[in-house]
Amino acid sequence: MADFETPELKDYVEVPLPQIGVMESDGPFIAKPDHQEALGFPGELVDDWENVAVNKLADLTKRYKGLRVFLDSCVKCGACTDKCHYYLGTTDAKNMPVARQDLLRSVYRYYHTPAGKILSKFGAEKLIGARKLTEDVINEWYNYFHQCSQCRRCSVFCPYGIDTAEVSMAAREVLDHIGVGQKYCNEIIGKVYKIGNNLGLPEPALADTLEGLEEEIEEDTGVAVKLPLNQKGKDILLVTPSADFFAEPHVDGLIGYAKVFHQAGLSWTISSHASEAGNFGMFIGSYENMQRVSMRIREAAIELGVKRIVFGECGHAWRIAYSFLNTLVGPFDFLDPNYPVPQHILEVTHDLIQSGKLDIDASENDHMTLTFHDSCNVARATRMGPKPGGQFTIPREVIKAVCNNFYDMPDGTINDATYCCGGGGGLLTDDLMEIRVKGAMPRMQALKTVVEENGVTHMAAICAICKSQFSKVIPYYGFTMDQIVSVHQLVGDALTWDNFEKVDTGADDVASDSNEQE
Amino acid sequence: MSFLTILFAALFYFATAVILFGLGYKIWQYATTPAPLKIPVMPAPITKSGVVLRMAEEVVLFKSLFRSNKWIWIFGWMFHFALLLVLMRHLRYFQEPVWWWVNLVQPFGKYAGYAMVIGLVGLFVRRITVARVRYISAPSDYLMLLMLIFIGLSGLMMKYISHTDIVAVKAFFLGLMRFDIQPLPGDTPLIIHLSLVVTLMLIFPFSKLLHVPGIFFSPTRYQVDNARKKRHIAPWAVKLDATRKS
Repeated sequence: MADFETPELKDYVEVPLPQIGVMESDGPFIAKPDHQEALGFPGELVDDWENVAVNKLADLTKRYKGLRVFLDSCVKCGACTDKCHYYLGTTDAKNMPVARQDLLRSVYRYYHTPAGKILSKFGAEKLIGARKLTEDVINEWYNYFHQCSQCRRCSVFCPYGIDTAEVSMAAREVLDHIGVGQKYCNEIIGKVYKIGNNLGLPEPALADTLEGLEEEIEEDTGVAVKLPLNQKGKDILLVTPSADFFAEPHVDGLIGYAKVFHQAGLSWTISSHASEAGNFGMFIGSYENMQRVSMRIREAAIELGVKRIVFGECGHAWRIAYSFLNTLVGPFDFLDPNYPVPQHILEVTHDLIQSGKLDIDASENDHMTLTFHDSCNVARATRMGPKPGGQFTIPREVIKAVCNNFYDMPDGTINDATYCCGGGGGLLTDDLMEIRVKGAMPRMQALKTVVEENGVTHMAAICAICKSQFSKVIPYYGFTMDQIVSVHQLVGDALTWDNFEKVDTGADDVASDSNEQE
Repeated sequence: MSFLTILFAALFYFATAVILFGLGYKIWQYATTPAPLKIPVMPAPITKSGVVLRMAEEVVLFKSLFRSNKWIWIFGWMFHFALLLVLMRHLRYFQEPVWWWVNLVQPFGKYAGYAMVIGLVGLFVRRITVARVRYISAPSDYLMLLMLIFIGLSGLMMKYISHTDIVAVKAFFLGLMRFDIQPLPGDTPLIIHLSLVVTLMLIFPFSKLLHVPGIFFSPTRYQVDNARKKRHIAPWAVKLDATRKS
């Protein structure tokens, strides 16, 4: 598996010369027919795939203004060429954002622009970088559009705001429609339809897990903090990535949310029907699947009769929640109009900290020196709070309220210029280990800087994918996986319980270290 | 009436029609293609006036490009701003009497020709020498720059080296506008200049020059950040909405 070299961390990220074919491969595992069909796509490569693909591409340019404008407008200025973490980490020329877009743009030009149609009659399509759709092109799309995490960093730096994420989504949508889907994404979406979450965790297992967590918290704090499941008549529906139910360090974040709700006296519940915040429908560019996945959240909110919806720590989930949910499955006029729909857990916690509703002792986290990784989707596709940029300030203000030692990574690697973790956009699968490790290089580089200069010991994240990805790839760069923490783990650990009613077990004052599990 | 005059009169009428209808069609297409989901690149303005400011910064100052790459910004901005001055100065050949502000621009417009060519040459050199940019360049990307460079050079040549009968040129264009065709001088720099300008007009709506209208329709830049407050259902998504159960 590990037949590749981990990039070396230097003093700063050097922009490499473009290399040909470094990351050429067959791409990630292909979806099986039943994965495909559950989502409404053909099971395997259709006979007239060329026509179907060309027509689907035309259809998408009619459905999405962004895609149309992006395919037409690029002037190949080169501003984006050194902005992608996958290019910086792999040196593969086709991982430069414009080169990745051109894999699709060349075909668009050939079939769907007057210049391409005319020039191709004379065999002169190369003049404008147009090309015919062939099987090789399909394979190339499949490989390289699964080396894009749709993080939008290139879009920040493009003079026209061309967003490779949109192009990537379109390419994957075309591929799905000719029967060439990605197993990881499509199988997971199928699990959501069948069971309710990405990990396929059924209701009884979920109930067990939550009960176990309640016991764990009680042991730590002596307080009966509850994690309610499917309870009607509560105020808040918490929708969180299913990794929060058992993966490390995610679960410590979930414990943190529960502690915050308890201290603030907020009534809340999790729903087994909507036991997943993530929505891989976005990764495959499918509006229909994204809507269908989102629908569970609306249904759960109606069924449980809640007044608010709050999302847990998850990057792309927050993008869909913040930017798309209202459009996809709104209006949410049955919820309490005094709160935005939906809210991020950090917005809730931030408000509670501001109004002094939490008992905090930041010295509980003195054994750590923190930095914060801005998740790409949160940073560049969402907001928190009332003001633009709240997605940067709110998490940092929360961390600083519960930790005494905090340093930011260098400018150009944080806020809207943040580097993706390397595992987003449907790439968090073991069959894509090489691109994941290499793509993490720029973030690892920035982390190394603050580790060496400021003595940073831990990096906090607010995304299930970031947390899983970093835990897995960080050892390749000489760090250890326990250096990744959830922001709400920090919050939870800093809360003090002197003012709360203790359960009478005699187990007071136990240190609040959670079990390390691999 | 010489063949040359008739040829260029016809070419300019044709090219004008192509650029007007071609661009008009593309603008109509961009304006009417739905944007089904909110995708502004954040942080984004939360008001429409904020968006106007953001767009102005992009169009006038090339703000994102400045953040991205100082060399491309210097050459690119120099070229575009100089081209604007040059175009404003050229308005004098299409009006009688000449507007006051066109006279005001005149002295700057003359030197802007140099800045324009310098900017273009800078972009061309980058395209050849920076390996990343060379990799992403198609032949048309080089040709487009060369065409603009030669438009600039032939223009400068007429201004500073081999003067053309500019009064006659102006009479020709005023004549075109009044459908009363006047003779066009036949100097080589002028013919090169006009031929390339006609070519530019003809390929404008079919090439990457569509970035000019495109930027105004780029959802990542023009959209307001208000998705939690407002729904944005595309016409084609209304049908999907109708099949919802709750």
